[in-house]
Amino acid sequence: MANYILDITKEHCPMTFVKTKIELSKLKSGDTLEVLLTEGEPLENVPRSSTEQGFKVLSITESEVKGLHKVLIQK
Amino acid sequence: MATTEIKLDPNTKKLSLIGFSGDFDKLVAVFTLATGAAAVGYEVNVFFTFWGLDAIKIKQGRSAVGKGFLPKVFGVFMGGLKSAPVSRLNFGGISPKIFRYLMRKNNVATLEELVEAAKVLGINFYACEMAMHILGIQKSDLIPEVKDVLGVATFLKLADGGQTLFI
Repeated sequence: MANYILDITKEHCPMTFVKTKIELSKLKSGDTLEVLLTEGEPLENVPRSSTEQGFKVLSITESEVKGLHKVLIQK
Repeated sequence: MATTEIKLDPNTKKLSLIGFSGDFDKLVAVFTLATGAAAVGYEVNVFFTFWGLDAIKIKQGRSAVGKGFLPKVFGVFMGGLKSAPVSRLNFGGISPKIFRYLMRKNNVATLEELVEAAKVLGINFYACEMAMHILGIQKSDLIPEVKDVLGVATFLKLADGGQTLFI
């Protein structure tokens, strides 16, 4: 099991989703990906679309920096 | 030529785009929608026709692509992805350069980056048989990611059960 980190806070639509999707596609069963993202569209849609694509969202936590969140996703 | 096998899965969300325009800004719209949808789990088909074919030519600059004299002339004027004009205020091709600069500066994916992302995401590219015939374009003039050369009936079958947009 490996744990990966992806920061999409500097990205804009659609690359927020594109980069997440590409990283998710590299995961093997049991691996996790922690996505650091901003509020709004990324926070609303990254967990939802990951769940829809069969991944498990383990947690969504607010980061130390205001407005940034960490979404932990597992395959 | 249409050898595409069509398997319809009622559970897959699907977006089919008709990429008619060869304009820079409209191609940005095509590839933004396509990559965004594919990234959130949609099956995405893009059917390139007429000026839209410019986006999927191997030669991205101005070159005499096409079979025959008139198609070659058209090919030079139309060019490829790198010479796509913006639909308004093109200023002789200066505006696309300004847009590319602004996109990079604001950390927004450029048209070329979106096209690369579309390839990585496995978006299905199709080319219009009729438009290719008129413009003298062969499948070998197009990028290898183009899955097939199709007519309207096959495209409609592919798009069936999903959302379709004409850009």
